[in-house]
Amino acid sequence: MSQPVISARQLTKTYGDFTAVAGIDFEVAPGESFGLLGPNGAGKSTTMRMVGAVSTRTSGELNILGLDPNDHGPDIRSQLGVVPQQDNLDQELRVRDNLLVYGRYFGLPRRLVAERADALLEFAQLTDRKKAKVDDLSGGMKRRLTIARALINEPRILLLDEPTTGLDPQARHILWDRLFRLKEQGTTLVLTTHYMDEAEQLCDRLVVVDKGSIMAEGSPASLIREYSSREVLEVRFGSDKNAEAAERMAGVGDRLEVLPDRILVYSENGEAALERITSLGLEPITSLVRRSSLEDVFLRLTGRSLIE
Amino acid sequence: MTTTTDTLALQPRRSALYAGNTGAVIHRGLLATRSTNYLVVLSGFFEPVFYLLSLGIGFGALVGTVQTSTGQEVPYAAFIAPALLAVSAMNGAVYDSTWNVFFKLNYSKLYQGMLTTSLGPLDVALGEIFLALLRGAMYAVGFMVIMQAFGLNLAWTALLALPAVLLIAFGFASLGMAITSYMKTFQQIEWVTFIMLPMFLFSATFYPITVYPEAIQWLIQALPLWHGVELVRGLTTGALSPMMFVHVGYYLVMIAIGIVFTTGRLRALFLK
Repeated sequence: MSQPVISARQLTKTYGDFTAVAGIDFEVAPGESFGLLGPNGAGKSTTMRMVGAVSTRTSGELNILGLDPNDHGPDIRSQLGVVPQQDNLDQELRVRDNLLVYGRYFGLPRRLVAERADALLEFAQLTDRKKAKVDDLSGGMKRRLTIARALINEPRILLLDEPTTGLDPQARHILWDRLFRLKEQGTTLVLTTHYMDEAEQLCDRLVVVDKGSIMAEGSPASLIREYSSREVLEVRFGSDKNAEAAERMAGVGDRLEVLPDRILVYSENGEAALERITSLGLEPITSLVRRSSLEDVFLRLTGRSLIE
Repeated sequence: MTTTTDTLALQPRRSALYAGNTGAVIHRGLLATRSTNYLVVLSGFFEPVFYLLSLGIGFGALVGTVQTSTGQEVPYAAFIAPALLAVSAMNGAVYDSTWNVFFKLNYSKLYQGMLTTSLGPLDVALGEIFLALLRGAMYAVGFMVIMQAFGLNLAWTALLALPAVLLIAFGFASLGMAITSYMKTFQQIEWVTFIMLPMFLFSATFYPITVYPEAIQWLIQALPLWHGVELVRGLTTGALSPMMFVHVGYYLVMIAIGIVFTTGRLRALFLK
Protein backbone atom coordinates (compact mmCIF):
# COMPACT_ATOMS: atom_id res chain seq x y z
CA MET A 1 0.00 0.00 0.00
CA SER A 2 1.27 3.49 -0.77
CA GLN A 3 2.07 5.93 1.99
CA PRO A 4 -1.08 7.20 3.76
CA VAL A 5 -2.13 10.80 2.99
CA ILE A 6 -3.41 11.22 6.53
CA SER A 7 -2.19 9.44 9.60
CA ALA A 8 -3.24 10.20 13.15
CA ARG A 9 -1.80 8.57 16.25
CA GLN A 10 -3.28 9.22 19.69
CA LEU A 11 -4.70 12.44 18.27
CA THR A 12 -6.20 14.45 21.13
CA LYS A 13 -7.94 17.78 21.48
CA THR A 14 -9.12 19.25 24.75
CA TYR A 15 -10.81 22.57 25.45
CA GLY A 16 -10.21 23.29 29.13
CA ASP A 17 -11.69 20.33 31.01
CA PHE A 18 -13.62 19.08 28.01
CA THR A 19 -12.05 16.37 25.87
CA ALA A 20 -13.43 16.67 22.35
CA VAL A 21 -11.14 14.06 20.79
CA ALA A 22 -9.62 11.45 23.10
CA GLY A 23 -6.61 9.83 21.49
CA ILE A 24 -7.80 8.45 18.15
CA ASP A 25 -5.75 6.51 15.59
CA PHE A 26 -6.55 6.29 11.91
CA GLU A 27 -4.95 6.32 8.49
CA VAL A 28 -6.32 7.29 5.12
CA ALA A 29 -4.79 5.90 1.94
CA PRO A 30 -4.54 7.96 -1.27
CA GLY A 31 -7.72 7.75 -3.32
CA GLU A 32 -9.63 6.26 -0.44
CA SER A 33 -13.02 7.47 0.66
CA PHE A 34 -12.98 7.61 4.42
CA GLY A 35 -15.88 8.36 6.74
CA LEU A 36 -16.15 9.55 10.31
CA LEU A 37 -19.50 8.52 11.71
CA GLY A 38 -20.90 9.53 15.03
CA PRO A 39 -23.67 11.30 16.89
CA ASN A 40 -23.62 15.06 17.41
CA GLY A 41 -20.80 16.09 19.72
CA ALA A 42 -18.78 12.94 19.05
CA GLY A 43 -15.70 14.93 18.02
CA LYS A 44 -16.07 14.56 14.25
CA SER A 45 -15.89 18.24 13.39
CA THR A 46 -13.01 18.85 15.78
CA THR A 47 -11.10 16.04 14.09
CA MET A 48 -11.89 17.53 10.69
CA ARG A 49 -10.60 20.92 11.80
CA MET A 50 -7.33 19.40 12.97
CA VAL A 51 -6.97 17.52 9.68
CA GLY A 52 -7.79 20.77 7.88
CA ALA A 53 -4.86 22.47 9.67
CA VAL A 54 -7.05 25.16 11.19
CA SER A 55 -6.97 23.76 14.72
CA THR A 56 -3.88 22.68 16.60
CA ARG A 57 -3.92 19.35 18.43
CA THR A 58 -3.44 19.16 22.17
CA SER A 59 -1.31 16.02 21.93
CA GLY A 60 -0.60 13.01 19.76
CA GLU A 61 0.73 12.89 16.23
CA LEU A 62 -0.84 14.05 13.02
CA ASN A 63 0.61 13.87 9.56
CA ILE A 64 -1.13 15.25 6.47
CA LEU A 65 0.50 14.62 3.08
CA GLY A 66 3.77 13.96 4.86
CA LEU A 67 3.70 17.20 6.83
CA ASP A 68 2.98 18.20 10.40
CA PRO A 69 0.13 20.75 10.42
CA ASN A 70 1.70 22.54 13.39
CA ASP A 71 4.65 23.57 11.24
CA HIS A 72 3.20 23.62 7.72
CA GLY A 73 -0.37 24.89 8.02
CA PRO A 74 -0.44 26.97 4.81
CA ASP A 75 1.38 24.29 2.77
CA ILE A 76 -1.12 21.67 3.85
CA ARG A 77 -4.13 23.93 3.38
CA SER A 78 -3.02 24.68 -0.18
CA GLN A 79 -3.50 20.96 -0.93
CA LEU A 80 -6.89 20.57 0.75
CA GLY A 81 -10.43 21.30 -0.29
CA VAL A 82 -12.75 22.10 2.59
CA VAL A 83 -16.55 21.86 2.61
CA PRO A 84 -17.61 23.12 6.03
CA GLN A 85 -20.73 22.04 7.86
CA GLN A 86 -22.43 25.37 7.24
CA ASP A 87 -21.98 26.99 3.84
CA ASN A 88 -19.74 30.01 4.10
CA LEU A 89 -20.02 31.19 0.53
CA ASP A 90 -19.26 34.84 -0.09
CA GLN A 91 -22.72 36.41 -0.14
CA GLU A 92 -21.41 39.67 -1.53
CA LEU A 93 -20.12 37.97 -4.67
CA ARG A 94 -21.94 36.30 -7.50
CA VAL A 95 -21.69 32.57 -8.19
CA ARG A 96 -18.77 32.56 -10.62
CA ASP A 97 -16.92 35.26 -8.71
CA ASN A 98 -17.06 33.07 -5.63
CA LEU A 99 -14.92 30.53 -7.47
CA LEU A 100 -12.57 33.10 -8.99
CA VAL A 101 -11.90 34.89 -5.74
CA TYR A 102 -11.43 31.68 -3.79
CA GLY A 103 -8.90 30.45 -6.33
CA ARG A 104 -6.98 33.70 -5.92
CA TYR A 105 -6.76 33.06 -2.17
CA PHE A 106 -4.51 30.14 -3.08
CA GLY A 107 -2.34 32.48 -5.10
CA LEU A 108 -3.29 30.78 -8.37
CA PRO A 109 -2.93 32.77 -11.59
CA ARG A 110 -6.05 34.52 -12.83
CA ARG A 111 -6.28 32.72 -16.15
CA LEU A 112 -5.91 29.28 -14.61
CA VAL A 113 -8.59 30.07 -12.04
CA ALA A 114 -10.96 31.28 -14.75
CA GLU A 115 -10.53 28.04 -16.72
CA ARG A 116 -11.10 25.90 -13.66
CA ALA A 117 -14.08 27.98 -12.54
CA ASP A 118 -15.89 27.33 -15.81
CA ALA A 119 -15.15 23.61 -15.67
CA LEU A 120 -16.31 23.43 -12.05
CA LEU A 121 -19.52 25.32 -12.76
CA GLU A 122 -20.22 22.67 -15.36
CA PHE A 123 -19.39 19.93 -12.85
CA ALA A 124 -21.64 21.48 -10.23
CA GLN A 125 -24.43 21.95 -12.77
CA LEU A 126 -24.48 25.68 -12.13
CA THR A 127 -23.30 27.06 -15.46
CA ASP A 128 -26.64 28.71 -16.19
CA ARG A 129 -26.61 30.32 -12.72
CA LYS A 130 -23.09 31.69 -12.88
CA LYS A 131 -24.18 35.31 -12.65
CA ALA A 132 -26.76 34.68 -9.92
CA LYS A 133 -26.44 36.02 -6.41
CA VAL A 134 -25.54 33.37 -3.86
CA ASP A 135 -28.64 34.21 -1.82
CA ASP A 136 -30.90 33.29 -4.72
CA LEU A 137 -29.59 29.71 -4.93
CA SER A 138 -31.40 26.75 -3.38
CA GLY A 139 -29.81 24.82 -0.51
CA GLY A 140 -28.63 22.07 -2.84
CA MET A 141 -27.13 24.55 -5.30
CA LYS A 142 -25.27 26.35 -2.51
CA ARG A 143 -23.87 23.04 -1.37
CA ARG A 144 -22.73 22.15 -4.89
CA LEU A 145 -21.15 25.58 -5.24
CA THR A 146 -19.33 25.09 -1.93
CA ILE A 147 -17.99 21.78 -3.21
CA ALA A 148 -17.00 23.32 -6.54
CA ARG A 149 -15.23 26.08 -4.62
CA ALA A 150 -13.35 23.52 -2.55
CA LEU A 151 -12.06 21.95 -5.77
CA ILE A 152 -10.65 25.15 -7.31
CA ASN A 153 -7.11 24.39 -6.08
CA GLU A 154 -7.33 20.78 -7.34
CA PRO A 155 -6.92 19.46 -3.80
CA ARG A 156 -5.38 16.10 -3.08
CA ILE A 157 -7.79 15.61 -0.20
CA LEU A 158 -11.36 16.83 -0.03
CA LEU A 159 -12.76 17.28 3.50
CA LEU A 160 -16.56 17.25 3.74
CA ASP A 161 -18.23 17.98 7.07
CA GLU A 162 -21.80 16.66 6.91
CA PRO A 163 -22.11 17.41 3.20
CA THR A 164 -25.83 16.70 2.81
CA THR A 165 -27.32 17.74 6.16
CA GLY A 166 -30.45 19.79 5.59
CA LEU A 167 -30.90 18.89 1.91
CA ASP A 168 -33.98 17.32 0.38
CA PRO A 169 -33.69 13.79 -1.10
CA GLN A 170 -33.31 14.98 -4.69
CA ALA A 171 -30.54 17.39 -3.79
CA ARG A 172 -28.79 14.70 -1.74
CA HIS A 173 -28.79 12.24 -4.61
CA ILE A 174 -27.38 14.79 -7.03
CA LEU A 175 -24.67 15.60 -4.53
CA TRP A 176 -23.80 11.95 -3.96
CA ASP A 177 -23.52 11.48 -7.69
CA ARG A 178 -21.05 14.37 -7.91
CA LEU A 179 -19.00 13.07 -4.99
CA PHE A 180 -18.96 9.60 -6.48
CA ARG A 181 -17.50 11.04 -9.68
CA LEU A 182 -14.73 12.72 -7.72
CA LYS A 183 -14.00 9.43 -6.03
CA GLU A 184 -13.79 7.73 -9.41
CA GLN A 185 -11.29 10.38 -10.50
CA GLY A 186 -9.08 9.42 -7.58
CA THR A 187 -9.72 12.30 -5.16
CA THR A 188 -9.26 11.25 -1.55
CA LEU A 189 -12.49 12.00 0.30
CA VAL A 190 -12.78 12.39 4.05
CA LEU A 191 -16.31 12.98 5.24
CA THR A 192 -18.28 13.13 8.43
CA THR A 193 -21.91 12.25 8.51
CA HIS A 194 -24.63 10.92 10.72
CA TYR A 195 -26.60 9.61 7.78
CA MET A 196 -25.99 5.90 7.49
CA ASP A 197 -27.19 5.65 3.91
CA GLU A 198 -24.69 8.34 2.98
CA ALA A 199 -21.84 6.44 4.62
CA GLU A 200 -22.87 3.23 2.84
CA GLN A 201 -23.06 5.06 -0.50
CA LEU A 202 -19.79 6.92 -0.31
CA CYS A 203 -17.32 5.36 2.12
CA ASP A 204 -14.83 2.61 1.38
CA ARG A 205 -13.94 2.53 5.02
CA LEU A 206 -15.18 4.28 8.10
CA VAL A 207 -14.73 4.72 11.79
CA VAL A 208 -17.59 5.07 14.25
CA VAL A 209 -16.73 7.79 16.77
CA ASP A 210 -18.48 8.41 20.05
CA LYS A 211 -17.46 10.69 22.92
CA GLY A 212 -14.14 11.43 21.26
CA SER A 213 -13.07 7.80 20.81
CA ILE A 214 -13.20 5.32 17.96
CA MET A 215 -15.72 2.55 18.69
CA ALA A 216 -15.26 0.50 15.50
CA GLU A 217 -13.49 0.62 12.18
CA GLY A 218 -13.95 -1.16 8.85
CA SER A 219 -15.80 -1.17 5.54
CA PRO A 220 -19.58 -0.74 5.77
CA ALA A 221 -20.09 -4.42 4.91
CA SER A 222 -17.54 -5.70 7.42
CA LEU A 223 -18.98 -3.50 10.18
CA ILE A 224 -22.44 -4.89 9.52
CA ARG A 225 -21.03 -8.43 9.60
CA GLU A 226 -19.19 -7.80 12.82
CA TYR A 227 -21.68 -5.77 14.82
CA SER A 228 -25.03 -6.85 13.42
CA SER A 229 -26.61 -9.86 11.73
CA ARG A 230 -27.42 -10.34 8.06
CA GLU A 231 -31.10 -9.55 8.56
CA VAL A 232 -33.29 -7.85 11.10
CA LEU A 233 -36.86 -8.85 11.90
CA GLU A 234 -39.00 -6.10 13.39
CA VAL A 235 -42.16 -7.24 15.20
CA ARG A 236 -44.80 -5.22 17.05
CA PHE A 237 -47.23 -6.56 19.59
CA GLY A 238 -48.50 -3.24 20.94
CA SER A 239 -46.62 -1.07 23.42
CA ASP A 240 -47.91 -2.80 26.55
CA LYS A 241 -47.35 -6.35 25.31
CA ASN A 242 -43.87 -6.06 23.77
CA ALA A 243 -41.94 -6.81 26.97
CA GLU A 244 -43.97 -9.90 27.78
CA ALA A 245 -43.69 -11.24 24.21
CA ALA A 246 -39.94 -10.66 24.27
CA GLU A 247 -39.58 -12.90 27.33
CA ARG A 248 -41.26 -15.75 25.50
CA MET A 249 -39.13 -15.11 22.41
CA ALA A 250 -35.85 -15.65 24.25
CA GLY A 251 -33.43 -17.66 22.12
CA VAL A 252 -34.95 -16.64 18.79
CA GLY A 253 -32.30 -15.16 16.48
CA ASP A 254 -28.77 -14.08 17.51
CA ARG A 255 -29.89 -11.21 19.70
CA LEU A 256 -33.10 -9.39 20.71
CA GLU A 257 -33.53 -5.72 21.30
CA VAL A 258 -36.71 -4.53 22.99
CA LEU A 259 -37.72 -1.00 22.13
CA PRO A 260 -40.81 0.77 23.48
CA ASP A 261 -42.71 0.37 20.22
CA ARG A 262 -41.20 -2.80 18.74
CA ILE A 263 -38.84 -5.74 19.13
CA LEU A 264 -35.83 -6.18 16.88
CA VAL A 265 -34.66 -9.71 16.22
CA TYR A 266 -31.15 -9.87 14.78
CA SER A 267 -30.87 -13.03 12.72
CA GLU A 268 -29.19 -14.63 9.71
CA ASN A 269 -32.63 -15.44 8.36
CA GLY A 270 -35.49 -13.12 9.27
CA GLU A 271 -38.27 -15.23 7.74
CA ALA A 272 -37.14 -18.30 9.69
CA ALA A 273 -37.12 -16.27 12.90
CA LEU A 274 -40.66 -15.08 12.19
CA GLU A 275 -41.81 -18.66 11.69
CA ARG A 276 -40.31 -19.65 15.05
CA ILE A 277 -42.13 -16.79 16.73
CA THR A 278 -45.50 -17.78 15.28
CA SER A 279 -44.80 -21.42 16.17
CA LEU A 280 -44.44 -20.23 19.79
CA GLY A 281 -48.06 -19.11 19.53
CA LEU A 282 -47.23 -15.38 19.36
CA GLU A 283 -49.10 -13.24 16.87
CA PRO A 284 -47.38 -9.94 16.08
CA ILE A 285 -49.61 -7.09 14.85
CA THR A 286 -47.05 -6.21 12.21
CA SER A 287 -43.79 -7.79 11.12
CA LEU A 288 -41.04 -6.67 8.77
CA VAL A 289 -37.91 -8.43 7.59
CA ARG A 290 -35.13 -6.20 6.29
CA ARG A 291 -31.43 -6.35 5.62
CA SER A 292 -29.22 -5.13 8.39
CA SER A 293 -27.85 -1.62 7.78
CA LEU A 294 -25.10 0.56 9.14
CA GLU A 295 -27.78 2.23 11.22
CA ASP A 296 -28.10 -0.94 13.28
CA VAL A 297 -24.33 -0.97 13.80
CA PHE A 298 -24.33 2.68 14.67
CA LEU A 299 -27.14 2.42 17.22
CA ARG A 300 -25.58 -0.67 18.77
CA LEU A 301 -22.24 1.06 19.18
CA THR A 302 -23.36 4.51 20.23
CA GLY A 303 -26.54 3.58 22.11
CA ARG A 304 -30.12 4.65 21.57
CA SER A 305 -30.37 7.31 24.20
CA LEU A 306 -30.33 10.88 22.96
CA ILE A 307 -27.01 12.53 23.68
CA GLU A 308 -27.25 16.29 23.80
CA MET B 1 1.50 9.76 -5.05
CA THR B 2 4.40 9.10 -2.71
CA THR B 3 6.84 11.19 -4.73
CA THR B 4 4.56 14.24 -4.65
CA THR B 5 4.31 13.87 -0.90
CA ASP B 6 8.07 13.96 -0.68
CA THR B 7 8.45 17.07 -2.82
CA LEU B 8 5.81 18.82 -0.75
CA ALA B 9 7.80 18.03 2.38
CA LEU B 10 10.90 19.52 0.79
CA GLN B 11 9.32 22.85 -0.01
CA PRO B 12 10.54 25.78 2.07
CA ARG B 13 8.32 26.35 5.03
CA ARG B 14 5.76 29.07 4.46
CA SER B 15 5.00 31.48 7.22
CA ALA B 16 1.89 30.56 9.16
CA LEU B 17 1.00 34.25 9.43
CA TYR B 18 1.59 35.63 5.99
CA ALA B 19 1.37 34.12 2.51
CA GLY B 20 2.27 37.33 0.65
CA ASN B 21 -1.14 37.28 -0.99
CA THR B 22 -2.85 40.40 0.35
CA GLY B 23 -3.75 41.21 -3.24
CA ALA B 24 -6.34 38.42 -3.32
CA VAL B 25 -8.10 39.87 -0.28
CA ILE B 26 -8.12 43.34 -1.85
CA HIS B 27 -9.37 41.94 -5.17
CA ARG B 28 -12.25 40.30 -3.31
CA GLY B 29 -13.14 43.53 -1.51
CA LEU B 30 -13.22 45.54 -4.73
CA LEU B 31 -15.44 42.96 -6.44
CA ALA B 32 -17.80 42.94 -3.46
CA THR B 33 -18.01 46.72 -3.40
CA ARG B 34 -18.67 46.85 -7.11
CA SER B 35 -21.46 44.33 -7.00
CA THR B 36 -23.35 45.26 -3.88
CA ASN B 37 -22.57 48.18 -1.67
CA TYR B 38 -21.17 51.12 -3.61
CA LEU B 39 -24.20 53.22 -2.69
CA VAL B 40 -23.37 52.84 0.98
CA VAL B 41 -19.81 53.87 0.20
CA LEU B 42 -21.02 56.93 -1.67
CA SER B 43 -23.32 58.12 1.11
CA GLY B 44 -20.40 58.41 3.57
CA PHE B 45 -18.77 60.98 1.31
CA PHE B 46 -21.53 63.56 1.63
CA GLU B 47 -21.62 63.85 5.41
CA PRO B 48 -18.56 66.13 5.81
CA VAL B 49 -19.56 68.05 2.69
CA PHE B 50 -22.87 68.95 4.35
CA TYR B 51 -21.03 70.05 7.49
CA LEU B 52 -18.74 72.23 5.41
CA LEU B 53 -21.61 73.89 3.57
CA SER B 54 -23.73 74.49 6.65
CA LEU B 55 -21.12 75.39 9.26
CA GLY B 56 -18.22 76.57 7.13
CA ILE B 57 -20.01 78.64 4.55
CA GLY B 58 -23.27 79.46 6.37
CA PHE B 59 -22.27 79.78 10.01
CA GLY B 60 -18.77 80.93 8.99
CA ALA B 61 -20.22 84.15 7.58
CA LEU B 62 -21.10 85.14 11.17
CA VAL B 63 -17.73 84.06 12.61
CA GLY B 64 -15.28 85.74 10.24
CA THR B 65 -11.73 84.58 10.93
CA VAL B 66 -10.21 82.23 13.52
CA GLN B 67 -6.70 81.93 14.85
CA THR B 68 -4.94 78.58 14.26
CA SER B 69 -2.60 76.97 16.79
CA THR B 70 0.37 78.60 15.04
CA GLY B 71 -1.22 82.05 15.40
CA GLN B 72 -2.37 82.49 11.81
CA GLU B 73 -5.71 84.24 11.12
CA VAL B 74 -7.77 82.19 8.62
CA PRO B 75 -11.38 82.35 7.39
CA TYR B 76 -13.66 80.06 9.43
CA ALA B 77 -14.41 77.73 6.51
CA ALA B 78 -10.66 77.26 5.89
CA PHE B 79 -10.30 76.50 9.61
CA ILE B 80 -12.85 73.71 9.77
CA ALA B 81 -12.41 72.24 6.26
CA PRO B 82 -9.12 70.43 7.05
CA ALA B 83 -10.65 69.12 10.27
CA LEU B 84 -13.62 67.77 8.32
CA LEU B 85 -11.17 66.22 5.88
CA ALA B 86 -9.51 64.33 8.74
CA VAL B 87 -12.94 63.36 10.05
CA SER B 88 -14.03 61.98 6.67
CA ALA B 89 -10.93 59.80 6.55
CA MET B 90 -11.66 58.63 10.08
CA ASN B 91 -15.31 57.90 9.35
CA GLY B 92 -14.65 55.88 6.22
CA ALA B 93 -11.94 53.84 7.91
CA VAL B 94 -13.87 53.27 11.13
CA TYR B 95 -17.12 52.33 9.40
CA ASP B 96 -15.32 49.78 7.27
CA SER B 97 -13.24 48.33 10.07
CA THR B 98 -16.03 48.06 12.63
CA TRP B 99 -19.47 47.35 11.12
CA ASN B 100 -18.22 45.66 7.96
CA VAL B 101 -15.50 43.68 9.67
CA PHE B 102 -17.83 42.64 12.50
CA PHE B 103 -20.32 41.28 10.01
CA LYS B 104 -17.66 39.36 8.12
CA LEU B 105 -16.20 37.97 11.33
CA ASN B 106 -19.40 36.83 12.96
CA TYR B 107 -22.12 36.43 10.36
CA SER B 108 -20.89 35.82 6.85
CA LYS B 109 -17.93 33.77 8.16
CA LEU B 110 -15.84 35.32 5.42
CA TYR B 111 -12.55 35.23 7.30
CA GLN B 112 -13.15 31.69 8.41
CA GLY B 113 -13.40 30.67 4.76
CA MET B 114 -10.32 32.70 3.82
CA LEU B 115 -8.24 31.06 6.52
CA THR B 116 -9.03 27.53 5.32
CA THR B 117 -7.06 28.45 2.17
CA SER B 118 -3.35 29.16 2.12
CA LEU B 119 -3.95 32.76 3.20
CA GLY B 120 -2.55 33.74 6.57
CA PRO B 121 -4.18 36.05 9.13
CA LEU B 122 -1.78 38.86 8.26
CA ASP B 123 -2.85 38.71 4.59
CA VAL B 124 -6.46 39.09 5.67
CA ALA B 125 -5.75 41.88 8.15
CA LEU B 126 -3.60 43.91 5.73
CA GLY B 127 -6.06 43.42 2.88
CA GLU B 128 -9.06 44.53 4.89
CA ILE B 129 -7.18 47.49 6.37
CA PHE B 130 -6.06 48.51 2.90
CA LEU B 131 -9.67 48.47 1.69
CA ALA B 132 -10.79 50.63 4.59
CA LEU B 133 -7.91 52.95 3.82
CA LEU B 134 -8.82 53.10 0.15
CA ARG B 135 -12.29 54.16 1.09
CA GLY B 136 -10.94 56.85 3.41
CA ALA B 137 -8.67 58.03 0.59
CA MET B 138 -11.56 58.26 -1.89
CA TYR B 139 -13.56 60.40 0.52
CA ALA B 140 -10.50 62.57 1.10
CA VAL B 141 -9.74 63.16 -2.57
CA GLY B 142 -13.35 64.10 -3.24
CA PHE B 143 -13.40 66.45 -0.27
CA MET B 144 -10.13 68.08 -1.28
CA VAL B 145 -11.52 68.82 -4.72
CA ILE B 146 -14.41 70.60 -3.04
CA MET B 147 -12.02 72.49 -0.76
CA GLN B 148 -10.05 73.60 -3.79
CA ALA B 149 -13.23 74.76 -5.51
CA PHE B 150 -14.13 76.92 -2.50
CA GLY B 151 -10.59 78.25 -2.24
CA LEU B 152 -9.97 76.68 1.16
CA ASN B 153 -6.53 75.24 0.39
CA LEU B 154 -4.37 78.16 1.45
CA ALA B 155 -0.89 76.79 0.63
CA TRP B 156 0.83 74.38 -1.76
CA THR B 157 1.50 72.08 1.20
CA ALA B 158 -2.20 71.17 0.99
CA LEU B 159 -1.04 68.51 -1.48
CA LEU B 160 0.69 66.79 1.42
CA ALA B 161 -2.63 66.58 3.21
CA LEU B 162 -3.46 63.65 0.96
CA PRO B 163 -0.77 61.29 2.29
CA ALA B 164 -1.50 62.66 5.76
CA VAL B 165 -5.13 61.68 5.42
CA LEU B 166 -4.08 58.20 4.27
CA LEU B 167 -2.00 57.91 7.40
CA ILE B 168 -4.99 58.91 9.52
CA ALA B 169 -7.24 56.41 7.76
CA PHE B 170 -4.61 53.70 8.18
CA GLY B 171 -4.37 54.38 11.89
CA PHE B 172 -8.12 54.27 12.46
CA ALA B 173 -8.62 51.25 10.20
CA SER B 174 -6.01 49.10 11.88
CA LEU B 175 -7.00 50.05 15.42
CA GLY B 176 -10.70 49.76 14.53
CA MET B 177 -10.24 46.26 13.18
CA ALA B 178 -8.28 45.21 16.26
CA ILE B 179 -11.04 46.48 18.55
CA THR B 180 -13.75 44.87 16.42
CA SER B 181 -12.07 41.49 16.62
CA TYR B 182 -12.72 41.50 20.38
CA MET B 183 -16.40 42.40 20.08
CA LYS B 184 -19.17 39.91 20.52
CA THR B 185 -22.39 41.87 19.85
CA PHE B 186 -23.60 44.70 17.66
CA GLN B 187 -24.38 46.71 20.80
CA GLN B 188 -20.69 46.86 21.60
CA ILE B 189 -20.06 48.48 18.23
CA GLU B 190 -22.59 51.15 19.12
CA TRP B 191 -20.11 52.13 21.81
CA VAL B 192 -17.57 52.94 19.14
CA THR B 193 -20.09 55.26 17.51
CA PHE B 194 -20.82 56.74 20.92
CA ILE B 195 -17.15 57.58 21.44
CA MET B 196 -16.62 58.82 17.90
CA LEU B 197 -19.29 61.50 18.05
CA PRO B 198 -17.83 63.56 20.92
CA MET B 199 -14.35 63.02 19.55
CA PHE B 200 -15.56 64.49 16.27
CA LEU B 201 -17.22 67.49 17.93
CA PHE B 202 -14.58 68.37 20.52
CA SER B 203 -11.19 67.63 18.92
CA ALA B 204 -10.56 71.28 17.97
CA THR B 205 -12.63 70.56 14.91
CA PHE B 206 -14.87 73.64 14.98
CA TYR B 207 -12.90 75.98 17.25
CA PRO B 208 -9.33 76.25 18.60
CA ILE B 209 -8.38 73.96 21.47
CA THR B 210 -7.43 77.05 23.56
CA VAL B 211 -11.08 77.56 24.57
CA TYR B 212 -10.70 74.62 27.00
CA PRO B 213 -9.13 74.66 30.47
CA GLU B 214 -5.73 73.04 30.48
CA ALA B 215 -6.83 69.65 31.86
CA ILE B 216 -9.38 69.20 29.07
CA GLN B 217 -6.77 70.27 26.55
CA TRP B 218 -4.52 67.42 27.71
CA LEU B 219 -7.36 64.96 27.37
CA ILE B 220 -8.18 66.09 23.83
CA GLN B 221 -4.53 65.92 22.89
CA ALA B 222 -4.34 62.32 24.02
CA LEU B 223 -7.05 61.31 21.54
CA PRO B 224 -6.16 60.36 17.97
CA LEU B 225 -8.45 62.72 16.05
CA TRP B 226 -6.87 65.89 17.46
CA HIS B 227 -3.50 64.83 16.04
CA GLY B 228 -5.12 64.22 12.68
CA VAL B 229 -6.94 67.56 12.68
CA GLU B 230 -3.81 69.52 13.63
CA LEU B 231 -1.69 67.71 11.05
CA VAL B 232 -4.08 68.31 8.17
CA ARG B 233 -4.87 71.86 9.22
CA GLY B 234 -1.18 72.70 9.35
CA LEU B 235 -0.73 71.38 5.82
CA THR B 236 -3.74 73.03 4.16
CA THR B 237 -3.13 76.40 5.83
CA GLY B 238 0.62 76.21 5.26
CA ALA B 239 1.51 76.58 8.95
CA LEU B 240 4.21 73.94 9.30
CA SER B 241 5.63 73.11 12.70
CA PRO B 242 7.85 70.45 14.29
CA MET B 243 4.77 69.21 16.19
CA MET B 244 3.76 67.54 12.93
CA PHE B 245 6.36 64.84 13.52
CA VAL B 246 4.66 64.06 16.81
CA HIS B 247 1.30 63.76 15.01
CA VAL B 248 2.78 61.42 12.40
CA GLY B 249 4.49 59.39 15.13
CA TYR B 250 1.20 59.05 17.00
CA TYR B 251 -0.40 57.45 13.95
CA LEU B 252 2.55 55.18 13.23
CA VAL B 253 2.26 53.76 16.74
CA MET B 254 -1.50 53.39 16.32
CA ILE B 255 -1.01 51.48 13.05
CA ALA B 256 1.55 49.14 14.56
CA ILE B 257 -0.56 48.36 17.61
CA GLY B 258 -3.62 47.75 15.44
CA ILE B 259 -1.90 45.34 13.07
CA VAL B 260 -0.20 43.34 15.81
CA PHE B 261 -3.46 42.90 17.73
CA THR B 262 -5.60 42.18 14.65
CA THR B 263 -3.25 39.52 13.34
CA GLY B 264 -2.89 37.85 16.70
CA ARG B 265 -6.59 37.93 17.29
CA LEU B 266 -7.51 36.48 13.88
CA ARG B 267 -5.04 33.73 14.52
CA ALA B 268 -6.52 33.00 17.93
CA LEU B 269 -10.05 33.02 16.55
CA PHE B 270 -9.62 30.85 13.48
CA LEU B 271 -6.44 28.85 13.83
CA LYS B 272 -6.81 27.74 17.42
